[in-house]
Amino acid sequence: MENTNEFTNEMTLVFDSRPVNEGLARVAVASFCTQLNPTLEEVADLKTAVSEAVTNCIIHGYEGEVHKIELVCRLRDSELLVDVKDEGVGISDIKRAMEPLFTTKPEKDRSGMGFTFMEAFMDEVTVESCVGRGTTVRMKKIIRR
Amino acid sequence: MNPLFTAEGSCLTIALPRELDHPASDSIRRESDRIMSRQFIRTIVFDFADTSFMDSSGIGLIMGRYRALGMRGNCVRAVNVNSHIEKLLHLSGLHRYMEIRPVPEQ
Repeated sequence: MENTNEFTNEMTLVFDSRPVNEGLARVAVASFCTQLNPTLEEVADLKTAVSEAVTNCIIHGYEGEVHKIELVCRLRDSELLVDVKDEGVGISDIKRAMEPLFTTKPEKDRSGMGFTFMEAFMDEVTVESCVGRGTTVRMKKIIRR
Repeated sequence: MNPLFTAEGSCLTIALPRELDHPASDSIRRESDRIMSRQFIRTIVFDFADTSFMDSSGIGLIMGRYRALGMRGNCVRAVNVNSHIEKLLHLSGLHRYMEIRPVPEQ
């Protein structure tokens, strides 16, 4: 358990797993992060990574059903920590799910690039998942300014 | 026809929205399927002039259209692409299959 005192700011957002909320989530994180004075490019990268994690909860975690997604953002020095959590179906093979171009939904024109983009745009990405229980994606971005 | 879609001959130009995310990609896919079922389309031009945000849903949209057009050379093109979008197109490998024109210098 991490000591919460080390964080200089924290935000928790819980919202329905509706596609319209993907925009809400990425704008909320981008706005929260402005305290670190990020560049426009860092904000664009961050928004894409958050969008990927939330889209995964909606399409894969909950398979289109409406349940809750929890988004937690924390600041520590020049680091932004973002956790995106669902209580959906879970991922049986995380390594495979994270491979570029791997998707279980090609018929829906899913590109299989979600985790690749998260890893490209964030400094750290870890995935915890339990089949039938849900998935938590933990991401860290260092704002280098 | 939706104002975002312009068909001239067999070329369909799609003026993409400000944010090309999952819901936007789904609606563009449905509309372009509808157009392609009614008239012969050989090429699709994705115009990113107004687009500042994209995620992997946009990549999926382009890949899907590329497949729907028979995966021929130059059947999909991207124009007015900013640096963030260009980065996504390169990371996904799509630049090997399509011509990408950056937004003109100011």
